[in-house]
Amino acid sequence: MENKLIAELVKIVGKTNVLTTPEDLAVYGYDGTFQEARPDVVVLPENTQQISEVVRLAATRRTPIVPRGMGSGLAAGSVPLPAGGMVLALTRMNHILEIDEQNATVHAEAGVVTAELQAAVEKHGLFYPPDPSSIRHSTIGGNVACNAGGPRCLKYGVTGDYVLGLTVVLADGRILKTGGKPIKDVTGYDLNGLFTGSEGTLGIVSEVLLRLVAKPRFAKTALAEFASLDSASRTVNAILTAGIVPASLELMDQTAIRCIEEAMHLGLNTAVEAALIIETDGTDETTVQREIEACVRICQSSQGVSVKMAQNEAERSALWKARRSMAPALARLAPNKLGEDITVPRSAIPEVVQRLRQISAKYGLPVVIFGHAGDGNLHPNILFDKRQAEQWARVEQMVAEIFAAALAVGGTLSGEHGVGVLKRPYLERALGAASLDIQRSIKQALDPLNILNPGKIFPN
Amino acid sequence: METLPNIEKPAESEYLNCIRCGLCLAVCPTYQVSLKEAAGPRGRVALARKGLEGQLELSQNLAEQMNACFACLACNDICPVGIHPAELTLAMRHVQEQIRPAGWKQTLFGGLIPHPGRMEAYTLPLRLYQRSGLRKLLYLLGATRLLPRRLRDLEAMLPHLPQRPLRQVLPERVEARGQERYRVGFFLGCAQNLLFAEESAATVRVLQRNGCTVLTPKDTQCCGMPARGYGRLDLVREQAKHNIALFEQAGVEVIVTDCATCGSTLKEYGSFFQGDAAWEARAAAFSAQVRDVSEFLAAIPLEKPQGRIEARVTYHDPCHLRRGQKVWQQPRQLLGMIDGLEFVELPEADWCCGSAGSQLITHYETSVKVMERKMDNLAGTGASIIASGCPGCQMQLNTAVRRRGLEVEVVHPITLLDQAYEVKNGK
Repeated sequence: MENKLIAELVKIVGKTNVLTTPEDLAVYGYDGTFQEARPDVVVLPENTQQISEVVRLAATRRTPIVPRGMGSGLAAGSVPLPAGGMVLALTRMNHILEIDEQNATVHAEAGVVTAELQAAVEKHGLFYPPDPSSIRHSTIGGNVACNAGGPRCLKYGVTGDYVLGLTVVLADGRILKTGGKPIKDVTGYDLNGLFTGSEGTLGIVSEVLLRLVAKPRFAKTALAEFASLDSASRTVNAILTAGIVPASLELMDQTAIRCIEEAMHLGLNTAVEAALIIETDGTDETTVQREIEACVRICQSSQGVSVKMAQNEAERSALWKARRSMAPALARLAPNKLGEDITVPRSAIPEVVQRLRQISAKYGLPVVIFGHAGDGNLHPNILFDKRQAEQWARVEQMVAEIFAAALAVGGTLSGEHGVGVLKRPYLERALGAASLDIQRSIKQALDPLNILNPGKIFPN
Repeated sequence: METLPNIEKPAESEYLNCIRCGLCLAVCPTYQVSLKEAAGPRGRVALARKGLEGQLELSQNLAEQMNACFACLACNDICPVGIHPAELTLAMRHVQEQIRPAGWKQTLFGGLIPHPGRMEAYTLPLRLYQRSGLRKLLYLLGATRLLPRRLRDLEAMLPHLPQRPLRQVLPERVEARGQERYRVGFFLGCAQNLLFAEESAATVRVLQRNGCTVLTPKDTQCCGMPARGYGRLDLVREQAKHNIALFEQAGVEVIVTDCATCGSTLKEYGSFFQGDAAWEARAAAFSAQVRDVSEFLAAIPLEKPQGRIEARVTYHDPCHLRRGQKVWQQPRQLLGMIDGLEFVELPEADWCCGSAGSQLITHYETSVKVMERKMDNLAGTGASIIASGCPGCQMQLNTAVRRRGLEVEVVHPITLLDQAYEVKNGK
């Protein structure tokens, strides 16, 4: 990258916030996937004003900007394009600006780690529910940019359901503030909704204003094991149609159980075909207890071979730690994994699970199935060895079939990871031509020079 | 891609298996204080891979990213795939020394540190500085305030030094009080010998009181951790062989040390000789005998201390004890035996103190930031004593406490136990 641009960047953000060594560039070229490309420069801004000036500069130079948090994304959304450009990493904007107990809101910079934001608001008796598995190694800005979910979203909703306002730097450097503390707001279009999940392609989210709820005081967790994956997935619907809304309702298949057991030694039964982790929570202990007991009874009457409740906080947190380690722990089984993120209407879970197993059998590569079954969001993970070209070819066909299966039952490509680079080829089939056309127009209106995370979301 | 065919390299799986999930960033002290990818385990693993595969030059800057790791082992513990980024950075330092050896390392780690006699001679001026009253005088005059902050911090690391190194005064064999129940070898580490002799004397007294005959071979060499930290695995192996042979002749059941770093390294000897037919089994047998003093004491019946210590005490987990040896409950158990002592848990007790051997000297800014977080936590406990069984941690904590102006005493847990046994000294 030319020295003049570097010098100007240094003027804006300071010398220690501009990285140019080959070593620094190499490590900002990846995220949580196997995609990789080297940027030309890495900039670590410290406030919104600096981002605005950096974007203005980039716009005059037509330099592509790839916004990035902690790089834990699973769709290659923060991986630079092979053509390079600038990575704008927001990790150093990590201050919580205000916790408003009266209005139950938190105002934070985009680089705050989500778990740290949660811990901070919980000290005030408040609660920020979305809990992606990457909660300790992803930023709130990244969560907004991908509209992150997590197990608790079944009862509480996803990141976007908590966004009250955003500070966004637009493609020409202007600073836009959307929304505000009022809970209801129909003054104009819903710009919070527009920028949430836009993966840094429409603007750079630099600050977030989030709605909080009262912290639930009690939680009860049960583990139910099933002889067949089919009966486990049917049980999910039995629970939800019984009028209970658990906080979380997670499904794991046998490979997933074995993998967790190997990594964590929790004493799980590896002979069963599937297991559900069910959690109820609330502010009234007897209700929470009654609901979990109702779930346990439904599991027992749905051919659950063993249903156990966590006896204490240690057992409960061990279960959740295991669940959060699920995706990365799969790497113990094969050199590579490709984790998908399909979401289907929940009544279709048994059918889509069947189809996933057929796809696995047809192509001869293992597909591990786990996910947030309660809201229909499954993470089928294909295990393979990328160094074998022939396996990679099979994986690509399998991905296409997995997406086709999801769409066939009325589902969608991604529940919480986003499109990034990896799901681009399938977007048109999922959205239809009209929707894609409108979305391109929005992109064109907000980023006419195409410098904000170019090459993401939209097919070529 | 296979490059550098003629040198010893880390196992491929240690970098190929990284899936870049980023979980390690949540626990890495150097990442947390810099918020920069290259300063975290995932970045270091990527750089090691690119360096070894030839995509990046094995440059000085790449080597520096490996040297900047505090080797606190937190990433090893959290990695869901089971690779060991901290070990990888040590292995990469070894790669660097094989490609571009630094002469001074040979002098320091080959010529000086393994020889206790030379170490004792070279540190004599430090003892004189304290014993002559010069240090007291400087403190009295407030003269240390004239030093630049960095030098003042280094000066503050020095504990109250012994008149003579323990090696020169401790008998080679100390008989058990009463009936001998165990015959224990004592590995007297360099820092304990030179800087914390009174603590190790206390360790021997406590062992002796609990039925141990303590044999302390005087010819031990450095455990090897300093050389390992600076990439000289070859020198580590020489020192290890010397120590293994020495203790084989001592005829003891266990080998006890009161230094967390020595203990962690001695327990790793087995892994340093994998595939070496002559030494692998001997090293593994040696490592299997090694116990941290708190680990050993917590496993045997102990006499109940009669003295009281009326103080609020907290405990800092040395990385090389908690993660290196999985020993963390035992020191707390020992402190719990002491009447009057009010134990209060330190928040983030296992967060690295920032010492990491010589990082306060080589990576001052980072080290200070890491230790400041420790001090924030310490200040909140209201403790008047912080215990920690590692000389490196103790020196760092001494510096940090003085910087912050806290009225907190830094001790080895065994010192408190010893005080409670020696009733006359009990407060």
